[in-house]
Amino acid sequence: MYEFEFARPTSVAEAVQALGAEEAQALGGGQTLIPTLKQRLAMPSVLVSLTGIAEMTGITTTGDGAVEIGGATCHADVAKGAAAAYPALAALAGQIGDPAVRNRGTIGGSLANNDPAACYPAAALASGATIVTNVREIAADDYFQGMFTTALDEGEIITSVRFPVPQAANYQKFLQPASRFAMVGVFVAKFAEGVRVAVTGASEEGVFRWSEAEAALASSFSPDAIDGLTVAPDGMIGDIHGTRAYRAHLVGVMTKRAVAAAA
Amino acid sequence: MPKDIDAKESGIGAATKRREDIRFLSGTGNYTDDINVNGQAYVHFLRSDVAHGRISSLETTAAAAMPGVLRIFTGADFEGVGGLPCGWQVTDRFGEVMQEPAHPVLAQGKVRHVGDPIAAVVAETPEQARDAAEAIELEIEELPAVIDMKAALQDGAPKVHDDLTSNLCYDWGFVEENKDAVNKAFDAAAHVTTLELVNNRLIANPMEPRVAVGDFNRATGDSTLYTTSQNPHVIRLLMGAFVLGIPEHKLRVVAPDVGGGFGSKIFHYAEEAFCTFAAKALNRAVKWTSSRSEAFMSDAHGRDHVTKIELALDADNNFTALRTDTLANMGAYLSTFAPSVPTWLHGTLMAGNYKTPLIYVNVKAVFTNTVPVDAYRGAGRPEATYQLERVIDKAARELGVDPIALRRQNFITEFPYATPVAVEYDTGDYVATMDKLEEIADLAGFAARRAESEKAGKLRGLGVNCYIEACGIAPSNLVGQLGARAGLYESATVRVNATGGIVVMTGSHSHGQGHETSFPQVISSMIGIPEDMVEIEHGDTNNAPMGMGTYGSRSLAVGGSAMVRATEKIIAKAKKIAAHLMEAADADIELKDGKFSVAGTDKSVAWGDVTLAAYVPHNYPLEEIEPGLEETAFYDPANFTYPSGAYACEVEVDPDTGKVTIERFAAADDFGNIVNPMIVDGQVHGGIGQGIGQALLEGCVYDENGQLLSASFMDYAMPRADDVPFYQVDHSCQTPCTHNPLGVKGCGEAGAIGSPPAVVNAVVDALQSAGKPVTHIDMPLSPARVWAAMQG
Repeated sequence: MYEFEFARPTSVAEAVQALGAEEAQALGGGQTLIPTLKQRLAMPSVLVSLTGIAEMTGITTTGDGAVEIGGATCHADVAKGAAAAYPALAALAGQIGDPAVRNRGTIGGSLANNDPAACYPAAALASGATIVTNVREIAADDYFQGMFTTALDEGEIITSVRFPVPQAANYQKFLQPASRFAMVGVFVAKFAEGVRVAVTGASEEGVFRWSEAEAALASSFSPDAIDGLTVAPDGMIGDIHGTRAYRAHLVGVMTKRAVAAAA
Repeated sequence: MPKDIDAKESGIGAATKRREDIRFLSGTGNYTDDINVNGQAYVHFLRSDVAHGRISSLETTAAAAMPGVLRIFTGADFEGVGGLPCGWQVTDRFGEVMQEPAHPVLAQGKVRHVGDPIAAVVAETPEQARDAAEAIELEIEELPAVIDMKAALQDGAPKVHDDLTSNLCYDWGFVEENKDAVNKAFDAAAHVTTLELVNNRLIANPMEPRVAVGDFNRATGDSTLYTTSQNPHVIRLLMGAFVLGIPEHKLRVVAPDVGGGFGSKIFHYAEEAFCTFAAKALNRAVKWTSSRSEAFMSDAHGRDHVTKIELALDADNNFTALRTDTLANMGAYLSTFAPSVPTWLHGTLMAGNYKTPLIYVNVKAVFTNTVPVDAYRGAGRPEATYQLERVIDKAARELGVDPIALRRQNFITEFPYATPVAVEYDTGDYVATMDKLEEIADLAGFAARRAESEKAGKLRGLGVNCYIEACGIAPSNLVGQLGARAGLYESATVRVNATGGIVVMTGSHSHGQGHETSFPQVISSMIGIPEDMVEIEHGDTNNAPMGMGTYGSRSLAVGGSAMVRATEKIIAKAKKIAAHLMEAADADIELKDGKFSVAGTDKSVAWGDVTLAAYVPHNYPLEEIEPGLEETAFYDPANFTYPSGAYACEVEVDPDTGKVTIERFAAADDFGNIVNPMIVDGQVHGGIGQGIGQALLEGCVYDENGQLLSASFMDYAMPRADDVPFYQVDHSCQTPCTHNPLGVKGCGEAGAIGSPPAVVNAVVDALQSAGKPVTHIDMPLSPARVWAAMQG
């Protein structure tokens, strides 16, 4: 690591102020940022930890039945705390990384980083979640803007994430053999007004909605509805763990499995 | 618990718990990184980030002026210093010696692989050293890299070493005189099965990365190196004699607790030579601790063979001849024992468990712009076993015969057996291990299990194979003829203290094998004293006699035998003392249960009475023997040992994704006599885990420019606990080795040798059972590869 200053504010207002410094960097659970710093691939002047801000942790149910999760809430807490209100989301959180990762990594950190193989973006996009920041609310459909790219402005902090709870939902993840990140992860969410299918891990553009599957599932929410549907290999990630065609194939397999598990 | 962990409470055959685990599991081990010398400085290596290039500019002045920097070393500082030596010289099939390039400690003029060290910054702190390394102004004129071995051998290919005639290290034929006869046998064959395959490149990844601490005592002129080594004496010899010119009596090498080696810590590396050199140059201790990222690009890699194998059979399915063509990757330089791995540790094993009368092995060793490749758990024998057991499996499927029956039909059944590839198996019983395997693997129940899998939508496959290996490496005069530049004996000093306790200083080195537990079991049985009266010391060249270290499953067979020989001398001398104390003849003295008695009488003296007399020689035969009780022995074996066995793997393949899961794995091994069955179980479990890792997960991948794509655990898949099943292991088939005093054969590598073909055979079986015309998939059998194979 290079040398940096460290700040651990206890309120969002203090955090915003600290992040105003030149080359300041927000630190969630550090599960991506700390390894990056160790490899000297980033050189922030000050790290502003968000995990000491009480108003940014915890899980509540809002008046309209949505589940709202503080941005600094770790995955293990979501796995436990959201199990009753939104089981599919809790199950997803309980499958991220390993126990150490789940007890450090935060939902806000994951969504702000928007790793193309992260799990949470699939849940947020499929659920039609709202990303709440210190300055505004952003619909998930507007939030994800490509690999490691989001609608967040410099210094903007995810204070919470609000998930509408679907009638039925499930997340299926196929593991990349080495990292055990999602090689392909598919979150299927069935609402009264329609079905949303979000795919992570597969695309060079990061998380995306598979609209053909959504349309097919809207008329028949069953695994068979996916038969015959394919995503184009173009734009999929191809690497030493699998070709574009393989990932495109897995999108179909994982979608069917998610529907089967949710239905 | 396996059946053979029986009621035996101590000594040979007891499942004594590993005493070293108390410190390993409680965080009180003493690893090299735990060693800190007063005033030590830290080195950071600036490494090449290109695979091949000419250093056009290397400017260190500004970096050297940065805070805390003591000195920056470059290749220029090592002009006149020796390069890293290669310990084995292979002679090719035309009688010429191999091409042997220089291997500088720090790059001189050219860099030849990503990770090649260029400069070394020594500073007061690791951070300051790293900061200054980043400030070095380096320009490299990038040259075309050669990564693919076939491309490297083509005319006009870029040369890794400008001063060599080509990228071919050697073209080895074995046995060259048999070549024509082998070819004729192929012409006459009723059936020929051909298979082209890759034995995938692996990165050892021991839990503990490499560390070196060099120290220098200005008052005495003595150098000390603390290092993560499997063989400290070999490092002392190689580094002292060939690199730095330090005589052994002025150089101490200590390899304390070492957290796994798997071969990768056998070799002499640039970093440890550097730390020793720099400590003297700076009159400061110098420490280097490898990061995991550095380990990926500087620890020697393993395997990396590309092979075409052909098996000839007669009309009755007898094997009549075997022919192989292999390209073996050496990487950019010759690591310490690299040339021996694809030749004498590979070609000599191509007979396997079978009486194939004619065998010809051709190996071309190739330089490429990659990390050097050397021995990795099994070293040459896994490569031999994999291709042989895969081609036999393919032949059985082509011929429509049972793969087990085809193997049984061709088993060697009489011993000793001289193979057509220059080795003589002393003992073995391949029928017995196959019988045992069929029992413990419950092969009879496979059909029912397959039906269950089908109901769940999964494809179940069964893979079976045998293996033979050559362990206990080995007779010095033989390996000398084969090109080894070292002897391969082992040593032990047995020091009995006045009150009867014993310290054994062994030249073997334990880096996970449990010698501190198993070696005392042997002495306990020989003398009849409790195991805890014996301590094992190893890893310090100032204590142990010259030893060759631990690799090739040799510790108990060779090092243990040296300890037995030294203990026999101790017992012979102790009997003389006992005879004197009891006023009896030497020949009448018996030693049992720690007591010396006179045959046919009730006279006896205890072990402790005799040892005390040896050191307080008031009543002692001083005119006949010296006081004291300490003996040293060097043991040079008459032959290799030949453990063997039969393995079975059952897999399920998910037809939708190609994902393979190991459902069952059984191993029936013949290790000869066994000292500690629990430790043997552990060695087999670990070996199979590594073999499953190679078969399903691990693959070191370079891109065409020589960038390492699998450069971290994010992309290099190590086996995890949930990747492996509970194993059925058995080692009750025991044909003791005939030429070492313990009758032991060695068990450290068997699992890694025997398991990869079982896994691949099983996956091919699963796919063929579903009507997929798949005859082979190269390792690692990742979901993507298996799925692609299923698509045809």
